[in-house]
Amino acid sequence: MGSGQRAEFKNPVVSWIDERLPVFSLMQKEYGVFPTPRNFNYFWNFGAIAMVMLITMIVSGIVLAMHYTPHADYAFSSVERIMRDVNWGWMLRYIHMNGASFFFIAVYIHIFRGMYYGSYKKPRELLWILGVIIYLLMMATAFMGYTLPWSQMGGWAATVISGFFTAIPVVGDMIQTLLLGGFSVDNPTLNRFFSLHYLLPFVIFAVVFLHVWALHVSGSNNPLGIDVKSSQDTLPFHPYYTMKDTFGLGVFLLLYVIVTFFFPNIFAHPDHFVEYNPMVTPPHIVPEWYFLPFYAILRGLTFGINPYIGLSLVAMVVVMAPIYGGPDKKTGLCGLLCALGRQFALPLLVVAGIFFALGYLSQVEKASGGALLSLPLSDLVFINAKLAGVLAMFGSVILLVFIPWLDTHPVRSARFRPLFKWATLVLAIDFVVLGYVGMEAADAALFGVIPLLWIGQLGTGYYFAYFLMILPWLSRNEKALPLPVSINEAVLKA
Amino acid sequence: MSAHTANHSSEEGQTRRDFLLLTAGAFGAVGAGCFAWPFIDSLNPAADTLAMSTIEVDLAPIQEGQAITVKWRGKPVFVRHRTAAEIEQARAVNVAELRDKQSDTDRVKKDQWLIMVGVCTHLGCVPLGQKDTDAKGDFGGWFCPCHGSHYDTSGRIRKGPAPKNLSVPEYSFVSDTLVKIG
Ligand code: FES
Repeated sequence: MGSGQRAEFKNPVVSWIDERLPVFSLMQKEYGVFPTPRNFNYFWNFGAIAMVMLITMIVSGIVLAMHYTPHADYAFSSVERIMRDVNWGWMLRYIHMNGASFFFIAVYIHIFRGMYYGSYKKPRELLWILGVIIYLLMMATAFMGYTLPWSQMGGWAATVISGFFTAIPVVGDMIQTLLLGGFSVDNPTLNRFFSLHYLLPFVIFAVVFLHVWALHVSGSNNPLGIDVKSSQDTLPFHPYYTMKDTFGLGVFLLLYVIVTFFFPNIFAHPDHFVEYNPMVTPPHIVPEWYFLPFYAILRGLTFGINPYIGLSLVAMVVVMAPIYGGPDKKTGLCGLLCALGRQFALPLLVVAGIFFALGYLSQVEKASGGALLSLPLSDLVFINAKLAGVLAMFGSVILLVFIPWLDTHPVRSARFRPLFKWATLVLAIDFVVLGYVGMEAADAALFGVIPLLWIGQLGTGYYFAYFLMILPWLSRNEKALPLPVSINEAVLKA
Repeated sequence: MSAHTANHSSEEGQTRRDFLLLTAGAFGAVGAGCFAWPFIDSLNPAADTLAMSTIEVDLAPIQEGQAITVKWRGKPVFVRHRTAAEIEQARAVNVAELRDKQSDTDRVKKDQWLIMVGVCTHLGCVPLGQKDTDAKGDFGGWFCPCHGSHYDTSGRIRKGPAPKNLSVPEYSFVSDTLVKIG
């Protein structure tokens, strides 16, 4: 890049530099005159907002690191010292603490925008995948940051999360020991988490650069989801979208500042103010709010995969085979499965349902011990509940990578896909409900009667069904509404 | 003949080059692996962390029905002086019905002393149940608050997501009232 056309600059110094290193030309091309669809709504603010939050986190983090001591004996008190004695320390920490939450708010809205308007579809698949990588890196960074104040909540979150790896058969315990640097969360763990927590934001920054680069190759998607056809469909990025982004950013920062100064501990928990004690687990530990839906998925899998659940999954695979394989697949194993799936879709779904219920009930323990429903072979659990929970939780995030290939419908925007629109809105609600379930205690009940566990399990079911069944099915069967001829025409009509 | 030789030698040159490339690549990969190993292994527990500690616990002050928690290798170890009722409850269970099939006698050296690592086999929280006031779960033993695993009076998993019974560390009775763990 940069070797293309150079812009003219009046200022001689700028011009001198630009001849030798065309950074000004680059900025002019990518952020000045960059042609941008003229119909953006406010959902398109959140990429820029997330970028500002990333910078806020890096700047506040660097300063905080100058006052923090990553040692098991001093970490907790060094954070208290930041809060009480360091000039403006309380403000820096509250900015950093709440900044993480607001960064995630911006990113969740940004991700939802991408899903709702089909921004992940061709030619933006790689752009989307880079985004998922950023999100994964953010989760790792946030989790390690949560541990650094060495509070009960953070220390136990580290214990539980590193415990995920013990679910891996045979080598799981070794991996956990390697990650923690000991047999439990202790000083070596804290040290390495600090090192990585400092490193990863810069890795995120680098991936954001690639993400934006890819964006500038394909150009932005827009609320109509149709391609830009002529210069009438676009506006130069500056001043139109620099202004719109600045306005949206202002509103967002206002909310952020209100929380930071007036409700700084709204996302915190009493156990954040107690020093970590490896001998006592707090009665109710929760991860940060932005992980809660995944936590609910983890806890929702109280059952493993026994022959009944396994058969049910196989039946579902057969039902889905023709949808994944496509109508023209007639040969080979896939051809056979596809034919079966086409012929017996409904009966197979019923079979899947019955076997799932059997498999589930045969793994529910009665209060007096033993299974609720004892069936032959039901104890033969191939994947136990713990591993199933961990796989489902990681799977639920990794699935995002594959959306471009799960949703192959030619129309991008949900505006022209009524069924997709509802399925996606329900997914958003499902995500919030899962978050609520994840926040409550494991044995809590809604209105004192309906166990939240069941709601979490239903929500988990919908989450996976959305990606693995609904999206592929809709891709083949949904009839879209007529698309406008061009962005320009749609804008003028409105 | 010269054409033939040239052709031949160029072919040979190709295979030689491929061979060199492959060997160099393979050696490079092995070298990179060897170079990476110290960095990875440095993350494993250091010598001081590993220094195997054994601890001795005096059982005399623990009354029947009481329990204490001691720290061993950075982890809590539960030492419980069980009551006759608790022992009976643990023995009355049909082992075949358990998730992790183990009889109570396999888990203790002396019936009244139950000694085990107090780390939930799910994701590593410390279960409640050591104090009288704690929740003990549906089976009167321990209850893990993190994701709701219930353990019985023998520390065996009975309900919830944990796959295994609470693990029993290596220990031996030095005398009737002194036990060495580790
Ligand atoms: S750690 Fe005990 S139930 Fe999850």
